[in-house]
Formats: sequence, C-alpha cells, structure tokens
Amino acid sequence: MLLAPVEYARPSTVQDAVRLLSTHDGARPLAGGQTLTNVMKARAAAPDVLVDLNELHELRSISSEGGGLELGAMATLNGVIRSSEVASARPIIAEVAAQIADVQVRNRGTVGGNICSNDPTNHLPPLVTALGATMTVLGSDGERTVPADEFFVGVYMTAVGPGELLTKITVPAADGAGDGFASVPIGKDGTCIVNAAATVKDGQARIVLGCVSATPVVLSAAPDEASVREAVQGAGLDPPSDVHASSDYRRHLAEIVAVRAVEGAQG
Amino acid sequence: MTEPVRGLRIAVDVNGERHERDVEARRLLVHFLRDDLDLTGTHVGCDTGNCGACTVIVDGVALKSCMMLAVQADGSRIETVEGLAPDGELHPLQQAFSSFHALQCGYCTPGMLMSAKHLLDNNPEPTEGEIRRAIQGNICRCTGYVNIVEAIASAAKGGGK
Repeated sequence: MLLAPVEYARPSTVQDAVRLLSTHDGARPLAGGQTLTNVMKARAAAPDVLVDLNELHELRSISSEGGGLELGAMATLNGVIRSSEVASARPIIAEVAAQIADVQVRNRGTVGGNICSNDPTNHLPPLVTALGATMTVLGSDGERTVPADEFFVGVYMTAVGPGELLTKITVPAADGAGDGFASVPIGKDGTCIVNAAATVKDGQARIVLGCVSATPVVLSAAPDEASVREAVQGAGLDPPSDVHASSDYRRHLAEIVAVRAVEGAQG
Repeated sequence: MTEPVRGLRIAVDVNGERHERDVEARRLLVHFLRDDLDLTGTHVGCDTGNCGACTVIVDGVALKSCMMLAVQADGSRIETVEGLAPDGELHPLQQAFSSFHALQCGYCTPGMLMSAKHLLDNNPEPTEGEIRRAIQGNICRCTGYVNIVEAIASAAKGGGK
C-alpha cells in the first residue's frame, strides 16, 4: 500500500525535533514506525510531516540511576532485552519486552513508541504504571515530568501534547519490590486479549490491568488470590467485546491474569 | 536535514553495490527495493507488518521493509535475498532449504532466509527453541515450519542431515 504524500524531516538534536513538531501543523514523531507506518497505510492516520527521531542517539540510552533506570524513549525493545542495566534493576521490563511481537519488530520498535501509541492492548503502559515510572516530556516551553498514573489519558492518547516529545521514562529502584506480568495473548507473543502487571511491596500489591479499558486500570490489594480476585471484581470493569473475547470473558480473564501477575511478583 | 522535504536523494549499499536514487518521503523501503532497484526477491506479503515476507537486513538488523521508509535507509548497508547467492552458488541456508524441502510455494522464503541469516550471524549454534523464536515474525502457510526449522538447524551445523 502506498502511503499518502507526506513530508519528512530528520533532525539531529532533540531541540530541533521539538521545534519541528511545534512549528508544523500535523507534524508527528516517527520512532520505530512499527505502528505508525501501518496506520498510515490504512489511512487511519494522515500526518503532514514525519519528524524522524532515529538520529537522536541521546534518546536511545539506557542507564542505571541509584538502582533505578532511565530509559531513553528511542531505546529499542531489543536494546532493553539485551541491557545489563535493565537485567539488574527491573528485569521484568526485559521479560515483557521479549513478549512483544517478533524479532524484526523488536529490532525497530521502541519503548517510547509502545508507550505513546497507548493502544489499550499494548504491553508497556500497564507495566510502567505498575512500576511507578515517571515520563519526561519536552516541549518548546521546556521539560515537564508526568507520573505514569496520569500519563495515559485515552485510547491512543497520552499526556504528550501537540509539539511535544516523550524523551525518557524513569523507573524507580525496586527497593525490595517484586514485579510480575501475565497475559492471555492471541498466539505466543501476540496481541494481548487481557494483560496485568503487578508489583508487590511491604505486603501490598499494586495491580495494573491492560486491555479492559481505554487506559490502564490501577488496583490495590493484599497479595493473596482471594483479595486480588475481590479487587478485580470490585473494579466495575466494563471491557469491550470483540472477536477474540466477549466482555464477560475478558472480565473473567482479568481476574486470572491479575492473580498470576501477583504470584509472579512474589515468585 | 532540518526542514521538512517531500523527497530526498538517498545513497544505499545493497548487497555490496552502491545505489543513489531520488525517492519520495512516502516510499516504503520494500517498494524502493522492488520497483526502483528491481530487486524483486524481497516480497510484499501482508503489507501490515505481520508476515515477514519483506524481511531484509539493514546495518546488521533484520527488519520488515514494509515498515520502514526508504529515506530512513539513507546511508545504510542493506542485505536482501539476492545477496545470498551473488555468483549463483546457493548460500548454505538456501541449499539446506532445498535439501529439507523447507518451501512449497516459496512466497515466504526470501524473508524466512533473511531472518535465518540474521539469526546465524548473531547466534551460530542456535537451539531449536531459538530457531523457532527467530522466525516467529515470518509466516509460512505451506510447510508447517518443521522442515524450515530443520533446514536452519542443518545449515548451522554446516549442512547435511
């Protein structure tokens, strides 16, 4: 499928990328392109200008800060999987990244792309929310930080506004917390029907459900099966129905994956 | 390039040969390879990023060329299926695919071969599990994958059954 005509810019500094995004109407950042290219083929998105972020090498860095992590938004999923910093600080991020799509997609696809596209079935939005990550967003007026709890605002929508760019994701040190993730995907490493991420610390589980609402659903519970099931049942979930699962079945699966994620966090 | 452009003159190295072309920004890498360079070994399958028939290796990284713009490949080194047998002698992977009947219709084969090459370039002695994981992004509707996995395992061991 041919793409509709589009303009293209390849800035070499983050500041220039923000300038391009904020001075051109209809400009969109192009990260790994593993979602955007396809929605452009389908004419579901029609940006006027693509601002290619692939020369912004400073956004690819993955570093360890005081036991936590700073993930550049352009770090690829395979970069995260191979990172010794991720492996020692919060290995769950690598484990989950390895469940996304396939080798080719993980070679190109980025952490920031998975987060900013905020498809409700994506893996990373619930995960970074469970981990209590903070997003750094750069705009022409400067930099601001947004907690993951406030970052995801709707289907395909985040706190990143027009003319802004997600530059990094800061993940706090585990500090004794255990992390878990569970999903029911369509085929191994396929799109999730339901997923859940969990962190357990000081006898309390923080559970974040994906695929059941427009944005990740955050719950708290004691980290035992009965309490987790009760928390999910009490969340008033009204997930969508589609060819893969009815709303009722998704609600049922949400309980199962929440329990498994909490078990994983304690495993 | 600091201001948006509709198109760009790009230079790429494909299978060791340098090419310079003017391309529109909207042109996908797979169409550039097939239509501009006449390298039709790289196939368009699903055109939605799922099937992997368009897999090529760019700067040592396997990717699906229907999800990359040609302008993004500017300055890069690209390997396509045509580069596997430059002098007509089959690459060990191609020979193994032939020996093990690892293809029927052949449509997925170029992408399958490039994913396999990317695997063996980075992991010369893969386990069966690693082989299966490496070709997860390549869909074959004929063979059921068993013969493909055996062919790749054989090529890794230097050929033979």
